[in-house]
Amino acid sequence: MTAYGKGDSSSVKPILIKGGQVIDPGRFVGIGDVLIDQGKIAAVGANLPAPAGCPTIQAMGSLVLPGFVDLHVHFREPGFEYKETIQSGSAAAVAGGFTTVCCMPNTNPINDNQAVTEFILERARVAGLANVLPVGAITKGSEGKELAEIGDLRRSGCVAISDDGRPVMNSLVMRRAMEYARAFDLTVVDHCEDLHLAEGGCMNEGLISTELGLPGIPAAAEDVMVARNLSLSELTGARLHLAHISTAGSVRMVREAKARGIRVTAEACPHHFTLTEEVVRGYNTHAKMNPPLRTWDDVHAIKEGLRDGTIDVIATDHAPHATQEKQQDFTEAPFGIVGLETALALTLGLVEEGVLSLEQAVTKLTSAPAVAFGLKKGTLAVGADADVAIVDQHTQWEVDPSKFRSKSRNTPFAGWKIKGQVKTTIVGGRVVFEAGSSER
Amino acid sequence: MTMKQGVAKERADEKLVMDAGDIARALTRIAHEILEHNKGVENLALVGIRTGGVHLAHRLVKRIQSIEGVHVPIGELDITLYRDDLALRKNQPVLRKTSVPFDLTDKVVVLVDDVLFTGRTIRAAMDGLMDLGRPGEIQLAVLVDRGHRQLPIKATYIGKNLPTSREEKVQVLLEEEGEDDRVVIAKP
Amino acid sequence: MSLKRKDLLSLAPLSVDEIKLVLDTADSFKEVTGREIKKVPALRGKTVVNLFFEPSTRTRTSFELAAKRLSADVINFSPSSSSVVKGETLLDTARNIEAMQADIIVLRHSSAGAAETLARGVKSSVINAGDGWHEHPTQALLDLYTIRERGLGFEGLRVAIVGDVSHSRVARSNIYALTKLGAEVRLVGPPTMMPWGVERLGVKVYSNMDEGLCGVNVIMMLRLQLERQGRALFPTIREYARLYGLTAERVKLADSGAIVMHPGPINRGVEIAPDVADSLSSVILDQVANGVAVRMGILYLMSGAG
Repeated sequence: MTAYGKGDSSSVKPILIKGGQVIDPGRFVGIGDVLIDQGKIAAVGANLPAPAGCPTIQAMGSLVLPGFVDLHVHFREPGFEYKETIQSGSAAAVAGGFTTVCCMPNTNPINDNQAVTEFILERARVAGLANVLPVGAITKGSEGKELAEIGDLRRSGCVAISDDGRPVMNSLVMRRAMEYARAFDLTVVDHCEDLHLAEGGCMNEGLISTELGLPGIPAAAEDVMVARNLSLSELTGARLHLAHISTAGSVRMVREAKARGIRVTAEACPHHFTLTEEVVRGYNTHAKMNPPLRTWDDVHAIKEGLRDGTIDVIATDHAPHATQEKQQDFTEAPFGIVGLETALALTLGLVEEGVLSLEQAVTKLTSAPAVAFGLKKGTLAVGADADVAIVDQHTQWEVDPSKFRSKSRNTPFAGWKIKGQVKTTIVGGRVVFEAGSSER
Repeated sequence: MTMKQGVAKERADEKLVMDAGDIARALTRIAHEILEHNKGVENLALVGIRTGGVHLAHRLVKRIQSIEGVHVPIGELDITLYRDDLALRKNQPVLRKTSVPFDLTDKVVVLVDDVLFTGRTIRAAMDGLMDLGRPGEIQLAVLVDRGHRQLPIKATYIGKNLPTSREEKVQVLLEEEGEDDRVVIAKP
Repeated sequence: MSLKRKDLLSLAPLSVDEIKLVLDTADSFKEVTGREIKKVPALRGKTVVNLFFEPSTRTRTSFELAAKRLSADVINFSPSSSSVVKGETLLDTARNIEAMQADIIVLRHSSAGAAETLARGVKSSVINAGDGWHEHPTQALLDLYTIRERGLGFEGLRVAIVGDVSHSRVARSNIYALTKLGAEVRLVGPPTMMPWGVERLGVKVYSNMDEGLCGVNVIMMLRLQLERQGRALFPTIREYARLYGLTAERVKLADSGAIVMHPGPINRGVEIAPDVADSLSSVILDQVANGVAVRMGILYLMSGAG
């Protein structure tokens, strides 16, 4: 079930996107046109004939990509609307080129039932911007004790299950969740953190936490749970997706598990391949997130994991928080940073560094996430939903949080000059974002 | 550059006002005046104001010793904490130690300083003395009085009256600080 | 030469000259505290606010005495630590204090970095009187002063810091200051209480106290927080005291003229035996006395016009 905005697709006019560099990995890579009709991709090729009077978007010099798919965002509605709503989150998403986002269930109330799922889908429909697909909880209240009504969640529209924000600490419960989820071919997503090892920690445990006198979260807290989850996936045959991995140890274990044929996919966030724990110096709360920023060795391992395919997906873990919440002292401030509006540029940074080819980078943002959750998204195949991002790869711009479409401003990248901006975003054949417009 | 007592060569950037001989004679006269004014050494104590006044106070004590055969108690006072301009300064001045190892109560304390100018240093010195005890009387001996008082303060004993303009800088240079004894007006 | 800083938040960035300036300045104030009239007008008309989010009679009284002896006006604020959201309290309280024209704010808080956060937000000078596990600069400075007063030079001095280093702001500040001045710093304690990678701060780590104390000139004991039992850091107080308590026998392992220090309050019979605490080699009470002089020096040096 997709939510693609006000009005149904049959009344949507055709659009021709002309002359861009089309990258639909595995299908079409090259200069060409994309024809959209009735909300679907009608044709992709060079010099397409256009229907009379068809609106044309000139895309010369730009990249024409499948709209991005973010498997991991927090939209805070219901319950925390002061940080973000589905409306503002969707606006941030399309401004960042994301046409499909999967929102985590740690709202209030937790999305562990049909009512909350349907509420989210309805709010998304009213916003009429990105496709917002809910991720349901694994356990009731995400307490880690009893399974949530996973069948019902699937039936109402959840595309995966996770207790994200928290791990499922009890391994027996996780085993049962993985087995049960197989009946619905649902991916089980775990936030890999051993809460006992991480207890009280607020940044990576290392030399900087020692100097700053802050309680640390050791890399082992993540590694221990990655190992456990891989073992359980092997035992149960479930589809496992590891959220936001951040350590060299995690990458190593996933690589080894994949080589043995275990059904696991892994995601990494832009901040984990761009920043290290050094950014925490000065007690910068915009450098506080979970899992925390780690060391250079971990960053190199993440990049290597992206390069060799160990890490399939780039996701943002977009986690908005109000300004006054992040103005608290470091141990009190909540974990998380926003990411929808900076992810593209940071990902293109990997292309510039030579870590990924442009095609690989696009894959990590489009088809790979779609495959991980079994979504029919992230592609420009004929007949696919017309979700397209037109991107200017080369113009440099400065990150100005006050201009974010998101309600929140918590980013460590303020003032950074980065390259890669979205010019136009199309969802279901309708233009939902154009750069330069001030509409929020 | 060595110099014979009493023969001072004027340097290019200074105007010589008192040479070593002038200073010596002035201090001897002041020592006699102190003894005459106070009718001897009873209850007498000297307190030199850092830094110039301290050396001069020690020299006065030696002279009094050779005249009366008595070593008068001597103290050293750092007035930094009593300055009236502390609140206005960006960087606080370096502190030096105050050392007054005797009871001031009822004593006749002769404050000794090298140059008397606006009078603010002496005002601060008196506040400092009061915090250390309750002297019976405070007198003031200075080597040079250059005028331009901003407070109603008068020296009891003066080495030399020196009319100056406000912008001129008067310096007392002493052997104890590694200089040849002399008083100069530094040329701008 | 002066302390050209708006705030004193940490000893890590201080130069050797700056540390020496503080110690030299404290000398003058030690003399003042020895007078009949223990007051000088140096900070007359200035307002010093003690903002203590964590209760501490000892440090707060020390700062209060120091400020009053400099003739400053002192205000004590102890916001309830059970207030709703700690962070909001710090920010809002700071703005109120600024509106009251505080010249210097002395802050103690349970969160590392709180002093830095406060200093960024106010024009007043901020002195860190202890922020979580991070630093306690004035304590380390008075420890240095006490060592110097005993005639011990810092270059090559062997100092053992014993106890729960992970959670100790006193340890961190002392490590930075002592290593900067050329001392050989040893940390002694159970491995569970040594922070990650601490050797990289230029110290040697010992889990055997007898080895660690061998030949040291200064033994600095840290207070064991008894509340930490039950969090898998050490099994029992009994075992801790046996392995890491300073007894008279252990003091003999150190250099013959060694001094015993403790930031207080002491747990008699736990980290330090009563006879050692009261012995001639103990300078614990000197530390308290010197605390006022050193804090007077710091307040003086930081009180320049803004």
